[in-house]
Amino acid sequence: MITGTPKPIEEILEMLEPYDNIILAGCHGCVTVCRVGGEKEVQVLASTLRLAREAAGRKIAITEISLERQCDPEYVEKLRPYVSDHQAVLSIACGAGIQFLAEKYAITPVLPGINTGFLGVTERQGEWAERCQGCGDCVLHLTGGICPVTRCAKSLFHGPCGGSSQGICEVGKDVKCGWQLIIDRLKALNQLENYGKLKPYKGWHTSRDGGPRRILREDMI
Amino acid sequence: MKSGSNLEKVLAAGHFSVTAECGPPRGADPEVVRKKAAYVKGNVDACNVTDNQTSVVRMSSLAGCLLIKEEGIEPLIQMVVRDRNRIALQSDLLGASAMGVRNILCLSGDHQKFGDDPQAKNVFDIDSMQFIHLVKSMRDEGTFPSGKKLDGAPKFFIGCAVNPFADPFEIRVPRLKLKVEAGADFVQTQCIYNMKKFKEYLELAKKQGLHEKVKILAGVTPLKSAGMAKFMKKMVAGMDIPDEVINRIAAEPKEKQAEKGIEMCIELIQELKEMEGIAGVHVMAIEWEEKLHEIIGGAGLLPRPVVE
Ligand code: SF4
Ligand code: SF4
Repeated sequence: MITGTPKPIEEILEMLEPYDNIILAGCHGCVTVCRVGGEKEVQVLASTLRLAREAAGRKIAITEISLERQCDPEYVEKLRPYVSDHQAVLSIACGAGIQFLAEKYAITPVLPGINTGFLGVTERQGEWAERCQGCGDCVLHLTGGICPVTRCAKSLFHGPCGGSSQGICEVGKDVKCGWQLIIDRLKALNQLENYGKLKPYKGWHTSRDGGPRRILREDMI
Repeated sequence: MKSGSNLEKVLAAGHFSVTAECGPPRGADPEVVRKKAAYVKGNVDACNVTDNQTSVVRMSSLAGCLLIKEEGIEPLIQMVVRDRNRIALQSDLLGASAMGVRNILCLSGDHQKFGDDPQAKNVFDIDSMQFIHLVKSMRDEGTFPSGKKLDGAPKFFIGCAVNPFADPFEIRVPRLKLKVEAGADFVQTQCIYNMKKFKEYLELAKKQGLHEKVKILAGVTPLKSAGMAKFMKKMVAGMDIPDEVINRIAAEPKEKQAEKGIEMCIELIQELKEMEGIAGVHVMAIEWEEKLHEIIGGAGLLPRPVVE
């Protein structure tokens, strides 16, 4: 899922400074699962903002709406009847959702209420961790199902570097060395021979470095 | 000869080689480099110039190399893949070779979080293994990775670094083997304090015949004090300093610890010199270049051979 964290309330209040009538838009997708942008978070954030603005002596009217997904045109349309009656939309979906709203409602300011994080998993309740950087050319079959691009702090293809110590990465005590994990898993799978081969230079053109990406499925169009 | 560098010649002639390192200054003053160079000169076969080590911004390693070269020292350029993509790496390789730098050390580089600019974007377009391969293919095939022909191939004696003390231990020799296959001509090791572990590593490497395929230069760093030893053990990832080493230097009164550190370093070099499979020593006297002559001379490695 795509994860995120709430923006500091002061930052949101500053963004909302020019407005006193907005939509606060949540999303039922990933951000609901990681508890940062779902219906419940919309409610909580809306009341916090109302209270803060009231205390500041400038009330704000907030219409609370949560869409099934903000990254799908069908659902984004559902916002249309409301948008023209408001000065701005504060979205607490991921960056993709926020942008999609901005694109569809060209003359209404759309503001980010969360900081979008990474593609990750729920390791346990309240803890999410990154797993994939969407590099566009997956090598998990060679690395024991553990991503060197994401899990190694230097995205090395032939780790572990000299900074790997007792399973911990040189960047910090609570960061596991991705390459230690890869070696351990390759060993468990009896695939350590995968380690001994020089891997071709990674083609980053399939990643963000090739420019904004697009997937076109002719069979579906 | 692959590069015709002095270091390559000294090693090819069967001499026990000596390299040292010189960290460029945190500023644009060339005098700092020249001063260090004066301590290095005559004591080594080549001198590494570090590349923004620990991600702290310093004068570029290429500029440092040229400055020490002007002083009559053979430079060994360190290049990390942290800050440059393959375009910049290739370009700098060509520039360094054009300016007469004949030795290179291909490194990943410490993560930027250790330096003054932890918010910087890192690059890591290719890794150090692939960088070795890149230098080798430019040198030996005379082509860019794209396959296009070079107008004059860069000439480098290609080095890499290994840390026999990092984890997991079992992958350390396979990783060296991979570096050799990628094209490394020589390897400089992380500072050795834990001799027992190093010997274990060397035995495994020898079993694979790696000492015959790559020149192994053993890294040493003289300890200035017990405090420095404790600090390094605690703060430097992958640094292995056994307690008995720390105890030995700590047993001396403070004012005698530096002297003891040098004595221990000389002993270590003498032991390494006798070991089969060790082709030379790499003395990293960090901000202590003035002691190089004493250490290298003390180990009986002076004068340095002149090989034509
Ligand atoms: S290799 Fe690429 S696609 Fe596969 S998990 Fe890693 S970043 Fe994601
Ligand atoms: S310690 Fe491990 S995860 Fe960290 S940079 Fe080195 S190889 Fe990558």
